[in-house]
Amino acid sequence: MDTITLTALVAMASIVTAGITIAVGCIGPALSEGKSVASALNSLAQQPDASPTITRTLYIGLAMIESTAIYSFVISIILIFANPFWTYIITLK
Amino acid sequence: MNISPDQTVYWKYGFVEINSTILTTWVLMFVLVVASILINRKLTLGLGRTRWQNTLEIIVTTIIKQLKDVGIDEPRKYIGFLGTLFIFVATASICTMIPGYESPTSSLSTTAALALCVFVAVPIYGIGAKGFVGYLKSYIEPTIIMLPFNIIGEFSRTLALAIRLFGNMMSGTMIIGILLTIAPLLFPIFMIVLGLLTGLVQAYIFSILASVYIAAAVRGIGHE
Repeated sequence: MDTITLTALVAMASIVTAGITIAVGCIGPALSEGKSVASALNSLAQQPDASPTITRTLYIGLAMIESTAIYSFVISIILIFANPFWTYIITLK
Repeated sequence: MNISPDQTVYWKYGFVEINSTILTTWVLMFVLVVASILINRKLTLGLGRTRWQNTLEIIVTTIIKQLKDVGIDEPRKYIGFLGTLFIFVATASICTMIPGYESPTSSLSTTAALALCVFVAVPIYGIGAKGFVGYLKSYIEPTIIMLPFNIIGEFSRTLALAIRLFGNMMSGTMIIGILLTIAPLLFPIFMIVLGLLTGLVQAYIFSILASVYIAAAVRGIGHE
């Protein structure tokens, strides 16, 4: 396989994977964050005086759930901007 | 586009380089240490406290209360480490308001170093509280089948701590950078505000997770 096809293949694979990673990787966290906020609102409606604890636990839970989305984001950013395969391939001229 | 302050190099000699991450970390350390020394010079118990002493007292008592909530019985033994983690990451995030400043936690080096500190601190505090054999026994709780999972869990917790903080901080600066090419005036302001909020929340999360790990190592599971 000549260098040009290889370069094109690496670029295509990186871009497509980056897009799919961030797209699929954000579905799960978004759904679960929605569920957690909904249940927090429910419990706030039932017990408004437990509001500081509920709010704090909600934020901690949201940050933990958010981290999985952040993992996919980090991978896709690495694929676009700090891709080791790309930096190797473009030195092969 | 450089995704990390590691790539802004100010001085280089051989393989030693002073990049933006190191320089910013030194400046932050200097500011925090000097501020603490200056405030601690004139501590009073009376009502005529300076407002800086009040600020420090609020911070310290809040952290002590949080540590007690999380399950650490003697917060004063651990507040040196855990409080420093929180204050360092929180100050690094708040200072993003200063123009031209890039938070050192948006580089994987800093967050990996902080996570490694937690990784090393948990066994040290665990052995200090429960003794060597007692701490090693905690890996066999609840059954010996869990031994490989507990060990893998230690490493993956550390990795998750580092990547979570790095990803949150880096994504904040990157999104601001991307938005600057689209709508230079209004959107970046919202994103900077959001970045401040996530920065503080992530500082809180980092130190709370570190304290939960230390609490689990010091008192063990099922000792509520």
